[in-house]
Amino acid sequence: MADDLERPASPSPEEPEPHLPPATIYPFAFASGIALILVGLIINWWLAVAGGVLAVVFGFAWIREATREVRAAPEPEPAAGEPVSELAVEEEGVEQPERYPRAVFLELSTLGIGAAIGGLVTVPALGFMIAPAFVGQESDEIDIGPLDNYPEQQYVVAQFNSKSDQSPEVGRRAAFVRNNGQVNGVPSFTIISNRCAHVGCPTQPQGLPGDAKKITTPSGQVTITPVASVSGFQCPCHGGAYDAEGNRIAGPPVRALDRYQFLIRNGSLVLAKPYSVGKVIGTGAQAQIKSYKEHDPGQHVDGLEQYLWPVVP
Amino acid sequence: MATRPKSKRQQQLEQAAMIPVDWLEERSGLVGGLKYFLFRKVPAESNWFHTLGSATLTAFLVQVVTGVILAMYYKPAPEEAYASIQNITNDLTLGWLVRGMHRWGASVFIILLFLHMGRVFLFGAYKYPRELNWLIGVILLTLALAEGLTGYLLPWDQTAYWATVVAININANAPIVGPFLGDFLRGGAEIGEETLARFYSLHMLVIPGALFALIGLHLYLVVRLGITAPPWTKVAGGYEPSQNGTPVRKGLVEPRPRGNGAVVQRNPEL
Repeated sequence: MADDLERPASPSPEEPEPHLPPATIYPFAFASGIALILVGLIINWWLAVAGGVLAVVFGFAWIREATREVRAAPEPEPAAGEPVSELAVEEEGVEQPERYPRAVFLELSTLGIGAAIGGLVTVPALGFMIAPAFVGQESDEIDIGPLDNYPEQQYVVAQFNSKSDQSPEVGRRAAFVRNNGQVNGVPSFTIISNRCAHVGCPTQPQGLPGDAKKITTPSGQVTITPVASVSGFQCPCHGGAYDAEGNRIAGPPVRALDRYQFLIRNGSLVLAKPYSVGKVIGTGAQAQIKSYKEHDPGQHVDGLEQYLWPVVP
Repeated sequence: MATRPKSKRQQQLEQAAMIPVDWLEERSGLVGGLKYFLFRKVPAESNWFHTLGSATLTAFLVQVVTGVILAMYYKPAPEEAYASIQNITNDLTLGWLVRGMHRWGASVFIILLFLHMGRVFLFGAYKYPRELNWLIGVILLTLALAEGLTGYLLPWDQTAYWATVVAININANAPIVGPFLGDFLRGGAEIGEETLARFYSLHMLVIPGALFALIGLHLYLVVRLGITAPPWTKVAGGYEPSQNGTPVRKGLVEPRPRGNGAVVQRNPEL
């Protein structure tokens, strides 16, 4: 910009005043609306609705206020005496204007080929970066040992390695297993994941732990610890508390503890797919449970909030 | 004090010393560029608050240097990560110092970032024509916090592991995109071996690369637009170095500038 060099060190007298928007209360009203939405989300839905109305109304008013001058200003018409662009001059000199000059073709084809080469490199790399996180998420079936390790009507903590192809450093998980006895000749188990439904810390059973026992199953080493008179489960991180069925009774969790499907193979209890639970109605073998696809901790599976996460991978 | 005229020998020596500098300047223009960068005009009332940005940059460079050295000894695998950190801290010569610098420097970096941001906010230095630099600064802040998050997992102890579980699950609670973001950060449905490698890559390569690029852009805009005078400036309309370094003073249109001293002369060519 050569013009900069010739710019005078002192401003010309006709220089306009710097633009400052007029003083307005709208941003504060808008911000109050937003604050009201957030408070309302916690306290009362109607408060949130009122806040939303405030935010929309004053946000709109603010936008109108801020853009008033711009909207009022008419588009300047191109002056008649304006010099024509170089391109136009050039074209006037040519008798038959070239519709699609070679320069344009070369420019576009260079850009196109460049984009194609870039895409060939970038798309697979991005795919490799993103896709593996979303495929092959099926959980392994985990053999947690013979049934006689799980006495009736008592919780047992089973610690196991959740992924056979991963180091126990990261794959170690625990489940709270309670044998509910037989229902119409079919064995019933309550198997609760220890992953807190708030943000995923490990919950602990509230009871009297017995002696731990290590057994080896086809799924690797499993540690079994019976816990007597379990009144519920608690999370050490943020104080989430659950009753003996895994229902939230206090603290920040948004749903009940996740559970595992199970099967019995060769006299051994095998954990199958984990699933998420909103709320457990009833207890033990008589419990009524609506099972949802496994969600990350902290996500609602029922109620209005479930629509915050419409698609879960 | 009157300066004594330089002896002929001294003059010859100085000329000889300038030969490599001139050689470099003639072939690259780097010396002139560096002089332009270092000796550009700044407002007369610049003060210590204006050094917070440079301090933040220094903290970042300390993180880069110590991080690169730590990467020579750190092993980002689940069975080895914790042991290699112990090795760095307890066994390797001066390892405790470099790790300590990186660990505490991370906090210093973030604290300085916030102080720098506060200075810019309170001085009104985010206003026209520097809005874009504020936006870049916001992205830099986000990336710096992401560095903190990804670096926190690497010691691979209980605190690191569970803090990361919690942090990822908080990310996974973002509406609509959350579940996908969570799986992307974890590298799967559960925290695993991939998570550590992934965080190491983000912490070492991806985020620092973005930080370097954006810091370069940030500095370019600082040099191009100049530094804002403090709001208590007595120079009417503030004092703004123009793009070519010639100081531009706004005429005495107003006895005191409204708001702060950041009123710039509008360049009709822009």
